[in-house]
Amino acid sequence: MTAVQLEVASEGGGTVISLAGPLTATALAPVWTRAVDAARRAGDGLAIDVSGAELIDTSGAALLLALERDHSGRIEWRGLGEKPAQLMARLRLAVPEGVTAKVPARTVARTSVWRTFLIRVTFFGQTILATASLPGKLRFLRGGNFFRLVERAGTQAMPLVGMMGFLIGMILAFQSAIPMRQFGADIYVAALVSLSLFRELGPLLGAVILAGRTGSAFAAELGTMVVNEEVAALTTMGIDAETMLVIPRMAAAMVVMPALALGVDIAGVLGMGLVMMILGFPPSAILNQIQMATGPYDLLLGLFKAVVFGAAIGLIGCRAGLTAGGGPRAVGEAATSAVVGGIVVTILLDGLFAVIFYRLGL
Amino acid sequence: MSAACAPAIVVDHAGQSFGGRVIFEDVSFTVATGEVFVVLGGSGCGKSTLLKQMIGLLTPTKGRITVGGYDVVERVALVRREIGVMFQSGALFGSMTLLENVMLPLVMFTDLPARARAEIARIKLAMVGLAEAVNLLPSEISGGMAKRAAIARALALDPPILFLDEPSAGLDPITGAGLDRLILDLRATLDCTFVVVTHELQSIFAIADRCVMLDREARGMIALGVPRDLQQSSTHPTVRAFFNRDAP
Ligand SMILES: Nc1ncnc2c1ncn2[C@@H]1O[C@H](COP(=O)(O)OP(=O)(O)OP(=O)(O)O)[C@@H](O)[C@H]1O
Ligand SMILES: [Mg+2]
Repeated sequence: MTAVQLEVASEGGGTVISLAGPLTATALAPVWTRAVDAARRAGDGLAIDVSGAELIDTSGAALLLALERDHSGRIEWRGLGEKPAQLMARLRLAVPEGVTAKVPARTVARTSVWRTFLIRVTFFGQTILATASLPGKLRFLRGGNFFRLVERAGTQAMPLVGMMGFLIGMILAFQSAIPMRQFGADIYVAALVSLSLFRELGPLLGAVILAGRTGSAFAAELGTMVVNEEVAALTTMGIDAETMLVIPRMAAAMVVMPALALGVDIAGVLGMGLVMMILGFPPSAILNQIQMATGPYDLLLGLFKAVVFGAAIGLIGCRAGLTAGGGPRAVGEAATSAVVGGIVVTILLDGLFAVIFYRLGL
Repeated sequence: MSAACAPAIVVDHAGQSFGGRVIFEDVSFTVATGEVFVVLGGSGCGKSTLLKQMIGLLTPTKGRITVGGYDVVERVALVRREIGVMFQSGALFGSMTLLENVMLPLVMFTDLPARARAEIARIKLAMVGLAEAVNLLPSEISGGMAKRAAIARALALDPPILFLDEPSAGLDPITGAGLDRLILDLRATLDCTFVVVTHELQSIFAIADRCVMLDREARGMIALGVPRDLQQSSTHPTVRAFFNRDAP
C-alpha cells in the first residue's frame, strides 16, 4: 500500500494542506499529528486539497473532521468527491458537540521492553517453546496490561504472603525447638528454619499462593473470554490471542513470584525470630546463626526456583482458561484445574530441582 | 481493494457436521463485491455455523470457501485482513470500555497517535449511535447497545467485507432501521460487502440484494435469490411461509 503524502504550502496569504494517497486507518499514522497541527496553526483562508486522495474511508473522514474542528476559521475543500462529502456529512450529524472521549491513561507494556525476551507460548504438550517469535507478533503485546497484572498478582497478595510466612516461621521454629531442646541444640533452630525457608518453603508457599490466587484468576478470566466468544473475536481480527493474553500474564507471574517468595522468607524469619526470642535467645545470637548457616546463594537459588514456578503456574492457568469448553461450568472447571495443575507441577519441578542441585553440588 | 464485480465470497458445496451429526450440506452461493447478502433460516439451522466457516473459525467438513479471493482454510491470515465480524453475542472485551474495544484493532494494526485512535474510535461509535456511551464498560450497557458497539468494532479498520450475525435482533424498530440505513450508507460510500444474518423481514426487504435460506429439516439451503422474487414465486412451502408471514 502506498503511503499518505502531506504537503503544507502557503498561497496568497492563506494555507493549503494537501493530502494524497489512501486516507485509511492503516496508512494515516505518519501524517495525522502534523496535519492536525497545520490546521490548528493556519490562519484565515485554509484550503484542504484532497484531490490526490484515492480512497477516503471513515478513518480518513475522521481526520478531515478533526482538521475541520481544530481549525478556527472556514475551510475551503478542494477535490472532495461526492461520496466522501456524504460520509463526512453523516459523521458530522452522528457526532454530538461537546462529548469527548477520554484517552485511556493506562500503562501499556511497550514493545521495546519486550524485545529482549521474545517468547512465544505454545500449548502443545504443555511445553514452553521459548523461541524467538516473529517480530510481527510483538505488536500483539500492545493490548496486554502487564502492570495491572503485576499489581493484582503481586502487590495485592503481599498481606496474605506476610501472614502465611510469619505463621509458618513461628510454627516451624516452635515445633523443631521442642525435640532440639532435648539435645541442647535449640539455637540451631534459627539455622534450620531459615535455610529451609530460603531454599524450599519460600518458593513453595509463594507458589501455592500464586496458584490459588492468580493461576485460578487467569483461568477464570480467559475461560470467560472463550465462553463469550471474545477470543474468537480477537482471532478474527487477526490478533494473536496467545501473544496478547498469555505472554503478559506469564511474564507477570514470573516477575511476581520471586517477590512473593522473598516475602515468605522475610516474614518467616521474623516469625521464627519471635519464637526464638520468647525461648530466650538474644537477637544477635539468632542473626549470627542465620548468617553462619545460609549464604546469599541459598536465597538466590530459592528465587531462581520461584521464577520457574511462576512461569509454570502462569502458563498452566492461561492454558486451562484458553482450552475451556462451552458454558459457565467450563469456567469453574478451568479454575480448578489451574490450581490443581499449578500446585502439582510446582512440586514436581521442585523435586527435579532437588536432584539437579544435588548433582551440581549447589 | 479487489477488482469491482469480482465475487467477494464464493461458497462451494460447503458442509458441516459435528461428530457425525450433519448440520448442513451442499451450500453453494457467491456474494458479489458491494452486495448486501442475507443469510436466513430458523433457529439452529446453522447460520452462525456457516458464518464461522466464512470467517475461518470452523473448517468446513466438506467443500471450499474463498473470501476476498483467498481460501479461508489455507490463507486465513490474508482473509482476516479483509473482514470485520460482529458476533451474535457481541463478544465485547469485558475489561475495556467501548472506546477501548473499538480502539483495540487500531492499537494493534496502526501506528496512529493515541489521540487519533480515540478520535477514530469515537466516530465509529457515533456512527452506530453510541456517542454518549464511549466511556462505559460492556457490563454497563444494554444488549442492543452491545450489538451496536460490536458493529463499531467490526468497522474499526474499515474492512471491505463485513459479517454481521443478527445485528438487529433485540433492537427496537427505530434503532434497527437506523442500522439498516448505516449498512446501506457504508455500502454506498465505501463499497463494502455485507453478509448479514437476520430474521427481520422489514430489514431483509430494506437491505438485502440477495439472500440464502437454510433449513434444519432439509439440512441445507432451500432458497437463493432476490427476496421480492422469492416472496412472489417460490414454490417451497417454508420459504413462502417465511416471506409472506406479514408481507409489507
Ligand atoms: N461447536 C459445536 N459442536 C456441536 N454442535 C454445534 C456446534 N456449534 C453449533 N452446533 C450445532 O449446530 C446447529 C446450528 O447452530 P448455529 O449456531 O449455526 O444455529 P443458528 O442457525 O445460528 O441458530 P440461531 O438463529 O438460534 O442463532 C445447532 O443445532 C447446534 O447445536
Ligand atoms: Mg446464530
